[in-house]
Amino acid sequence: MTNRNSNLVLLVAAGFVVTACVTINIYFPAAAAEKVADKIIDEVWQADDEAGGREQPREKSGNDTRNNKIDNKPDEVRP
Amino acid sequence: MTLISLGFFLCISLASAVDFKASSPAVTQLRQNMKQRHSQLIPFYDSGAVGLTRDGLIVLRDSNTVPLSGRQSVNILVTAENQDRNALYREIALANNHPEWESDIRSTFAQRWIKWARPGWWYQQENGSWQKK
Repeated sequence: MTNRNSNLVLLVAAGFVVTACVTINIYFPAAAAEKVADKIIDEVWQADDEAGGREQPREKSGNDTRNNKIDNKPDEVRP
Repeated sequence: MTLISLGFFLCISLASAVDFKASSPAVTQLRQNMKQRHSQLIPFYDSGAVGLTRDGLIVLRDSNTVPLSGRQSVNILVTAENQDRNALYREIALANNHPEWESDIRSTFAQRWIKWARPGWWYQQENGSWQKK
């Protein structure tokens, strides 16, 4: 009897875990989407910066080498 | 107990595997198109003729600042840009196998375009009114 009860508990617990996983997967990952948006905007508006303009988005991963190139520009080309 | 531990482990693995993709041939092509078009749009953003809308698009908000001869070309630019932006949001949603995320992606982009807009550019606020950055 005890064994049957513990099996039931295990089953319910497993059910919670599976539900949690599904829930995680269907939610829109807002923070990750923001990062992707920033990366795309940075690329699309890059021509702007080459023309001597806009400040670049900063919240990006460190492996973006374009930032290094931009940071090496002399200050006078930036407003 | 082992089963529960395994379940949690699986759950954590799945959660960490949830990432946001933005790479597909269509997305790459759209990014390229928009990048090339942007340099032509800059003067119109600067003059305030074109503004960034709250729904992640652009619009010719003040045609008076554009000479009559140039209005048609601005309209063509704005239409093409909006087609690409709409397609970009849709394609990113599809790249993630979540077509229903399109509106969330659109609103995320809408906020980020405005956040990174250059000072002097016009954008639409949440209530629909226009604001100079």
